[in-house]
Amino acid sequence: MTARGIRTQHPTIDRWLYLYIPMGFALFFLVGPFYWMAITALKPDSELYDGAHSPLYVATPSLEHFYYLFEKTEFLTWTKNTMMVATLSTAIALLLGVPAGYALARLRFRGADFIGTAIFVTYLVPTSLLFIPMVEVMADLGLDDSIWALVVVYPTFLVPFVTWLMSGYFRTIPSELEDCGRIDGLTRFGAMLRIAIPLARPGILSAGIFAFTLSWNEFIYALTLVTASSERTIPVGVLVQLTRADFYFWGPLMAGALLGSVPVAIIYSFFVDQYASGLTAGAVKG
Amino acid sequence: MAGTTTIAAPARRTITRRRRLSGWLDNERTLGYVLVAPVVLLLAGLVAYPLAVAIGYALSDRTIADPGEFIGLDNFFNLFEDQIYRQTLRNTFVFTAGSVVLRLFFGVALALILNEAFRFRRLVRSVVLLPWIVPTVLGTMAWLWMFSPNFSVINYVLVHLGLARDGPDWLTDPNLAILSVIIVNTWRGTPFMAITVLAGLQSIPLDLYDASAIDGANRLQRFRYVTLPLVMPVLLTALVLSIIWTFSDFGIVYGLTKGGPMNATHVLATLSYQDGLASGNIGEGAAISLTMMPVLLVLIIWQLRRIRRMTVA
Repeated sequence: MTARGIRTQHPTIDRWLYLYIPMGFALFFLVGPFYWMAITALKPDSELYDGAHSPLYVATPSLEHFYYLFEKTEFLTWTKNTMMVATLSTAIALLLGVPAGYALARLRFRGADFIGTAIFVTYLVPTSLLFIPMVEVMADLGLDDSIWALVVVYPTFLVPFVTWLMSGYFRTIPSELEDCGRIDGLTRFGAMLRIAIPLARPGILSAGIFAFTLSWNEFIYALTLVTASSERTIPVGVLVQLTRADFYFWGPLMAGALLGSVPVAIIYSFFVDQYASGLTAGAVKG
Repeated sequence: MAGTTTIAAPARRTITRRRRLSGWLDNERTLGYVLVAPVVLLLAGLVAYPLAVAIGYALSDRTIADPGEFIGLDNFFNLFEDQIYRQTLRNTFVFTAGSVVLRLFFGVALALILNEAFRFRRLVRSVVLLPWIVPTVLGTMAWLWMFSPNFSVINYVLVHLGLARDGPDWLTDPNLAILSVIIVNTWRGTPFMAITVLAGLQSIPLDLYDASAIDGANRLQRFRYVTLPLVMPVLLTALVLSIIWTFSDFGIVYGLTKGGPMNATHVLATLSYQDGLASGNIGEGAAISLTMMPVLLVLIIWQLRRIRRMTVA
């Protein structure tokens, strides 16, 4: 609260005490692991496991771990898989969730309240409750051990989220614009398609970013529904292939963790404002 | 004459069809059902149905090799007598309570910091969100490496600062192991709490602070009587979500300890995976994960009622 225009005896001391020092600790705790990840990825093994070197910086940077990752593991395949699953399941989630969110926000039909509540409840149902039967359900659908299982399953947690977020977003758009469009001869559906959805683009964008990062990061289904190495996603591939029975390939492991984190970090840095507002809208708006 | 009818009849049909379609597209009720139907079908088929299947499994002695038979609530009775399950239950509560309290404390503190005006604020705000953005398991790998027995950088720093002789065994000492998973969970969840609370802080009108300053309120009183009540709704929502996510967390524990040492960090999700899929006792595994339900239900119902009240008010 120091900057609220309230004067204290020692503004500079105050500022250090309440702002810079705690902020330093927070940054150290929150960002430190990424620094550690990055310098480990860049250190050759000779330096990594040599007690004579200080572990805190890189003396002779090397890309050997990245070469290992690309040549000795299927990291590129995992990246392709993750990309495909995240893109397709996000597309499905938006395709189903945006119109449903619109319907719940705007259209009056019997059971709308109940359906809205049910969708919200499924958003709160954690995936760790359902992975055991899901293995069986996917096998029944002929999707066992296939990356397509993830494309089918991820929308189950993305769609409730997108629907919920979008219904909140549509409520913030004045409905008069759609009424005007309908007077000009648009149908209800046309008004949604031509007026409401274009106006909701920022909301759709943040819902899309969310859905994409959620699928990129998903772990438990990716671990349990897919077991062939060539069908794995990055988080599972990196964890399973680079940690073997208590032996860890720390260099490639950190290189993989770094590369697997970069795409979401980039997407997010472009859309940081939408992301933050979407995060709060999703969590707070009814 | 014949020519005109052959042309006109299909045309008329198209017109009626189009009119019927536009009637559909224009009818609020029909359109509502048409738009939500795909979502309802998806969730019925791939959330409600698997949940029913899970309940069926939990009431059976099904294994990977054998479809099994109905055995009633035996799985649950066995679990509550099982030492490992009871310890897991205790771990889950300790893990959740510890993580959520720390997330709450650091999250609110960080939100207050980020609400200040300072240079590079935008940059700092986006950088602190990183633990929340990156894949949980990949972030956890960095911690696994920082906690590793021989090359732990945390211990390196502790030793070189003269705070410890060798540094603790973060992941092999049972008490420290649960602390370690709590630390990593706090690391991951604090940014979410902070950004959510920050949004709440930014919606507080500034004149309230001016008014309280005129009334002679000190820093602590301003926080207690102005800030806290106004961010409470946002804070509670973030809190409920954090509890649900931590209570059902899988990735952090699996990535860091796989439940060890000696089950000291097993939580319900990891035990259910180990028992149900890794060891193949599907019935028992399903039963373990279903025991999350009572807590989840209470939280979900509470959250629903809060939202109701907020939309009514």
